[in-house]
Amino acid sequence: MSRVSVPCHVKGTVALQVGDVRTSHGRPGVLVIDVTFPSVAPFELQEITFKNYYTAFLSIRVRQHTSMHTPAKWVTCLRDHCLMPNPHSEEGAQDYVSLFKHQMLCDMARVLELRLILRQPSPLWLSFTVEELQIYQQGPKSPSMTFPKWLSHPVPCEQPVPLLEGLPDPSRVSSEVQQMWALTEMIRASHTSARIGRFDVDGCYDLNLLSYT
Amino acid sequence: MSQEESDISLIIAQIVQKLKGSNLYAQLERQAWASLQRPEIKLESLKEDIKEFFKISGLFPLPSHPAAPPEHLKEPLVYMRKAQGSWEKRILKSLNSMCTELSIPLARKRPVGEQKELLNKWNEMGTDEPDLSLFRPVYAPKDFLEVLINLRNPNYENGDSLSFRTHLGLIQVPLKVKDIPELKECFIELGLNTGQLGIDDSTQVPPELFENEHVRIGQKVLAEQDSAAAQQYVRQGSPTALRAELWALILNISSQPEDILYYEQLKTNVIQHDLLVDSLIYKDVKLTASNDDYYFVFEDYLYQVLLCFSRDTSVLSHFAYNSASPPKSYIRGKLGLEEYAVFYPPNGKSNVIASSIAPLCFLYHEPSKLYQIFREMYVRFFFRLHSISSHPSGIVSLCLLFETLLQTYLPQLFYHLREIGAQPLRISFKWMVRAFSGYLATDQLLLLWDRILGYNSLEILAVLAAAVFAFRAVNLMEVTSLAAAEAVLADLSTLKVMPLLQIFLFATVT
Repeated sequence: MSRVSVPCHVKGTVALQVGDVRTSHGRPGVLVIDVTFPSVAPFELQEITFKNYYTAFLSIRVRQHTSMHTPAKWVTCLRDHCLMPNPHSEEGAQDYVSLFKHQMLCDMARVLELRLILRQPSPLWLSFTVEELQIYQQGPKSPSMTFPKWLSHPVPCEQPVPLLEGLPDPSRVSSEVQQMWALTEMIRASHTSARIGRFDVDGCYDLNLLSYT
Repeated sequence: MSQEESDISLIIAQIVQKLKGSNLYAQLERQAWASLQRPEIKLESLKEDIKEFFKISGLFPLPSHPAAPPEHLKEPLVYMRKAQGSWEKRILKSLNSMCTELSIPLARKRPVGEQKELLNKWNEMGTDEPDLSLFRPVYAPKDFLEVLINLRNPNYENGDSLSFRTHLGLIQVPLKVKDIPELKECFIELGLNTGQLGIDDSTQVPPELFENEHVRIGQKVLAEQDSAAAQQYVRQGSPTALRAELWALILNISSQPEDILYYEQLKTNVIQHDLLVDSLIYKDVKLTASNDDYYFVFEDYLYQVLLCFSRDTSVLSHFAYNSASPPKSYIRGKLGLEEYAVFYPPNGKSNVIASSIAPLCFLYHEPSKLYQIFREMYVRFFFRLHSISSHPSGIVSLCLLFETLLQTYLPQLFYHLREIGAQPLRISFKWMVRAFSGYLATDQLLLLWDRILGYNSLEILAVLAAAVFAFRAVNLMEVTSLAAAEAVLADLSTLKVMPLLQIFLFATVT
């Protein structure tokens, strides 16, 4: 399945905190990021990719287009997906993550808006977010291929067909022709890229100083 | 081509590239030829069919996220990459200043007379006594320790006030390390109910109980040439007679004629060009071998292997997963021109500790095989001890694991040592960074390295370091200074590694 990137507008993160932001001392542990698609019609979501930055748990809510004249409702499509197995330690903190359609709790057929809810319960981190957010929809479908049976059910050798008089064995001919064809293909395509272990340039290894870039 | 398809193509291309020229590749090719002759295979669609099959059957999980850049594979945490980068810059500056101060070029081609001379004394380079007093090592282990101590995550609460989040040890980065229950699970074959070489082969234990059977199984594993079974087997220790072959099996080293040829090629490279790092290598080997009771006999081997190692460009490929990067330079007069950019030294490593080769000399006597084993062990394990990364076997994680184990299970000792200004890591760092080579008796060291190979991880080094402290805890509680603590832990040559590990992991009441 190919995928096509959907241009999206990522609104600024909003911190959810109990009490007055100015006077309370703790850092917010919940952030909300709204993602809208201003120039795109409701589409089917295929994949979401992003780079994590110290977010421990991710929930996603989606608002879908409904055909009737009912107002579109927010539905949770991903609940508390764990990005960092231990929120106090670095594991998973800066990983690249992909979330697919099949991992979602609901159908993602006509997406209007997304809301990402980020949670980081540990007080050790100064900030957390997700970066490089990309949304993908399904690309043009490639014609479905049923892979040939010989790969999944290797056929046992059949009984050779009785030869007609005077004619060479057809299976031998076909295999030889195939061999020759494969040889020509190989010669055409191959060019050695094996390393020969040269570290010098044309026999010269007379160096300046080491460079810092 | 869709994203997934191009990723799979890339992986297949990479695997083919790595296999090319190897024995396995030739075998696969032969099999493929035989299969191609079957008439039901359509050659035109062969490529597409196989790709589709891989996708659907799920045989090839992608190793890393497609959006991740190559630096992310080397090291996912940005601040660690930055720290490694500045550490490398320091090393480069040090090499450059050595070069300009001593007016010695980084590299020069040897005149023919000198080449002949070196070739003649190739097997006895140890007899040379060049004046190396002006050369200093590129860095000392304690410089590296200072860099690790100063590692900070900018997104981490590094407040001054003491709270539950303060790290009482020297390492201040919150990497995930295992605790004893997790270590018990991980190192389950070291448990009290499993036979071990290093414990159950001692003279008081009749060999019929464990040793004979274990040796028999080892011979069977070798006969079947089963690499995975060898790795599992070696977790309980390897009999001395079988160790060399078992390690070669686990590391997939087989001495083909092309490997011997490759080693000879490296030797030629050493003879043709003289590098500044050669003097550093000489100095390191002299320090390691000359004064050591066990290793002095191998001095000549160490020179040969290390010099050849520094010319080996195939080592450059391990930088794909090493957080470090090789130093670069340009041919004289061609500064900035990419066609004249080269790596220096050719293998990219300017500091390799000779101590990690010395124990291998006990097992392998043929230079090209010794070389291959060392190279493979280096690019699989030992490089992690010299670069800053968040990998569980990296030196940073090992240090943190050691400190956490000590703090959690020997809190009084940890507190006492901290109070007298003897942070435990300052003593144990040098053990771990050399994988205990030069500190333990050789047979014990080899038993320890058996487990490194068997578990494919260096975490056992940190566990052993903590176990040593636990063993000498009574004496350590009575010292009142760092120097005295160092004295208590100065001599490890009488320690038996496996009982220490077993007691610390499985027999300590917590």
